[in-house]
Amino acid sequence: MAQVSSTVGEQVPTLLSASKSILLRISKFNPELDESSKFMEFTVSYEKWTTVLEAILDVKKHFDHSVAVRYSCRQATCGSCGMLINGKPRLACFTKISELDSDVVTVEPMNNFPVIRDLTVGFEKLFDTHQKIKPYVIRDDTELESDQREFLQSPKEVEQYIQFANCIKCGLCNSACPTMATDSSFVGPQALAQAYRYVADSRDKGKDTRLNIIDESHGIWRCHFAGSCSQVCPKGVDPAMGIQFLRGYLLGFRN
Amino acid sequence: MTKDEHREGIKGMANPGRYGIERIAYLLMRLSGLGLLGYFIAHIYETSNILRGRMGWDDFLAMTQTTEGHIFLALVIGMCVFHTGNGIRIMLGHGGVGVGKPARPDYPYEPASQNYRHKIGIYSSIVFAAVAMMYGMAVMFGE
Repeated sequence: MAQVSSTVGEQVPTLLSASKSILLRISKFNPELDESSKFMEFTVSYEKWTTVLEAILDVKKHFDHSVAVRYSCRQATCGSCGMLINGKPRLACFTKISELDSDVVTVEPMNNFPVIRDLTVGFEKLFDTHQKIKPYVIRDDTELESDQREFLQSPKEVEQYIQFANCIKCGLCNSACPTMATDSSFVGPQALAQAYRYVADSRDKGKDTRLNIIDESHGIWRCHFAGSCSQVCPKGVDPAMGIQFLRGYLLGFRN
Repeated sequence: MTKDEHREGIKGMANPGRYGIERIAYLLMRLSGLGLLGYFIAHIYETSNILRGRMGWDDFLAMTQTTEGHIFLALVIGMCVFHTGNGIRIMLGHGGVGVGKPARPDYPYEPASQNYRHKIGIYSSIVFAAVAMMYGMAVMFGE
């Protein structure tokens, strides 16, 4: 706690800098060299606005430059810095240390993704399943006639899918999903939510195509509505809602 | 499962501590489902004892009249009531009923699908199961 002099000469304790420190435990693992992961511990000072990503970069800068972490935008837009923070999937750039309310912060690579090194995981399967559900507007008339305006939508039509268009493909939902924990073939909440995003889009005509893709044993029927995907989503996408709506289409409750 | 897949496995699937009451309900649903499946198999075996005649049937039925038998049946009652109540909640959710409406999300992004209706459904199922177990034990031990 710093102190500052007031104008009348008294010593008034004022919280200029609430710098505290935490023990940052970083999982270190190189699949090509190591048999198992181990933790390296660093004492890192932080302010109330310091994010976990900033603390990790502080460690890289001052203590161990070999820590592997993927990041880019630092503002929860690129979806690169997903990791387990104190056991829960979160974006490191979107998680303040002060919010964790713990003197020990443990960071590990996300579950259900292959580890490339340390905190960095491979997204190949996530992108494969994302592409599998055809994440684009499907129409026969892709070329616009000259006298037409672009595919217009009412605000109500936009509301049906805009929430699901917020997905940044960070993979936190797939990491939290209990089905993904045991089923390597499951398409996953990220891809299913994106399937709903396009099915609910009034411009799209590919509903039946997408429903056929996800209507398989390792597709939508493997979701058991645990809801963990929605709880960890940093953008408010709520994949569990989209998946149940999709299932509603397949069960005939929705048109 | 290869090491580089880094999957949590059964341990991670069954860990209810990180994601609130919905994940606890998910675990209880699995456990009660397995328990009821076990009871169903045991029940088929039990009723097949009628082929051993009245003596064999009475001998086997006497097992349920012990303290352990009463506790076992009370657990079956609890599992049955929870699985039914929570199952109805999940089936409605699977049809898109009660999971909220799509809308532009506002920070801090409370998921609409995890709303109070579902939480009430989960807590009600747990409470009904506990009450049914207590009633069952009162009847069985009060004989």
